[in-house]
Amino acid sequence: MATIQEIQSDIIHEFEMFDQWMDKYEHIIEVGKSLPLIDRQFKTDDYLIKGCQSQVWLNAEQDGDFVIYKADSDAIMTKGIIGLLIRAFSGQKAQDIVEADTSFIDKIGLKEQLSPTRANGLLAMVKQMKLYALAFQSKKKSQ
Amino acid sequence: MLNNDHIRQQFPALFQKVHGYPLVYLDNGATTHKPKVVIDAISHYYEQQNSNIHRGVHYLSQIATDAYEASRETIRRHLNASSTDEIIFTKGNTEAINLVANGFRSILKENDEVLVSQLEHHSNIVPWQFTCEASGAKLRVIPMDERGVLDMNAYKNTLNKNTKIVAVNHISNALGTVNPVKEMIALAHKVGAATLIDGAQAGPHCSIDVKDLDTDFYCISGHKTYGPTGIGALFGKRTWLEKLPPYQGGGEMIANVSFEKTSYADLPHKFEAGTPNIAGGIALKTALDWLNEIGLDRVQEIESQLMSYTRKELAKIDGIRFLGHAPEVSGAISFLVGDIHPYDIGMILDKLGIAVRTGHHCAQPIMDAFKIPGTIRASLAVYNNYEDIDRLVEGVKKAQQMLQ
Repeated sequence: MATIQEIQSDIIHEFEMFDQWMDKYEHIIEVGKSLPLIDRQFKTDDYLIKGCQSQVWLNAEQDGDFVIYKADSDAIMTKGIIGLLIRAFSGQKAQDIVEADTSFIDKIGLKEQLSPTRANGLLAMVKQMKLYALAFQSKKKSQ
Repeated sequence: MLNNDHIRQQFPALFQKVHGYPLVYLDNGATTHKPKVVIDAISHYYEQQNSNIHRGVHYLSQIATDAYEASRETIRRHLNASSTDEIIFTKGNTEAINLVANGFRSILKENDEVLVSQLEHHSNIVPWQFTCEASGAKLRVIPMDERGVLDMNAYKNTLNKNTKIVAVNHISNALGTVNPVKEMIALAHKVGAATLIDGAQAGPHCSIDVKDLDTDFYCISGHKTYGPTGIGALFGKRTWLEKLPPYQGGGEMIANVSFEKTSYADLPHKFEAGTPNIAGGIALKTALDWLNEIGLDRVQEIESQLMSYTRKELAKIDGIRFLGHAPEVSGAISFLVGDIHPYDIGMILDKLGIAVRTGHHCAQPIMDAFKIPGTIRASLAVYNNYEDIDRLVEGVKKAQQMLQ
């Protein structure tokens, strides 16, 4: 499997094809639409990350050394960014996730999506993804 | 024809490009832009008048104090209050509500009731929740119907001898509903309750007469009324302001200080601890003078034409759904398009240089009542024109096409 770094480079490369913001947004919308729906059981308040503008549901499961994320949002643009984050982080080793950064979102010109003023729940989601990875990592160590 | 181009020309911030498009600013309910005269008044203060007020014997302190107090007089006239003693400068509408709510902590007792409406934004809910928690009073809510109109029968039935204060907005920020505040005030007074009218959204759109309304408290925001941020005003009837304890302690609000006992300054200074936002206070006068020179009748004429045009043009969009169908609406139009999330539309509008507000507009209880995550809100000001609305409609159509 490709590393987080490699996947992020692929995403950056894909987005370089789009000169216009509209094409870029349309691509994100497509990513959002094709993101598998999260199981209904995870669409509860326990998994909810509340944003002012849009809401995000996130679940993480441990599979050996790897972390599998599933997430959803009520807004399609937010869901598109979630799709990119999941592509980069889901199925990766907990330690790699803890150490990874999200600068690829800046590099594809969507920095504002992870800005605190947007209050779309994404920034909190990234934090939560890392916290899950950190928790799984320390659980693993203590085993 | 609106014939308001000469007004628009006075707003430098409107003439810029956003993401390569000329700006269309339809988020006036959040804050209006400032005319050049207001921006100049702020610069003029810092360049020519800067000095602390009410305390220096020197020349600059005197002219700054005079300018600040002249603003208080302008606000008095604007609201038709009896005396400048009844006009308190605040840092905004939220602080004005907190000032009154805080004062009521010592007035309310267990089983007393505070009445707000379902149409309130958070700043006219949360301060009262604090007050109720601290005093043991109960917070009760006037419901609205599916049109976004307050249920006056429910209001009459909820009012009782335990109701001590009714706090409602004049115009709803989320739906634009104009509430029948004069009638509501009279009904509240019948049971002996005080009234606070939150005029944040009314300030820029209609004339306000606190004597005619007979309200006990009324507050306005500077920055929503073409003035600077960080300044607003609270009107309070003298009897009430004398009864309420001071809000904050510090300089300016005292008459005499010793470690044994401090006596408070007379009105209005009793509620104005510390050095205020002097530049903001002075420039608020400029903003109100500017607004009154146009005249609020003329403002209403322009805005109501624009409002009907906006509704008519937006109605042509497939799947559009307006939230709020009050008989009298002012300033704001809230809507949704099909099942599309408002945030998605807002983001695409932003990329097209169009500023609207999306989300719950700090009025979550309204959104909960409609069972929606939020709305797209276009809110108007006197400088908007038909072209702004055409761009909005075109933008919403574009977003719809991309998102469906």
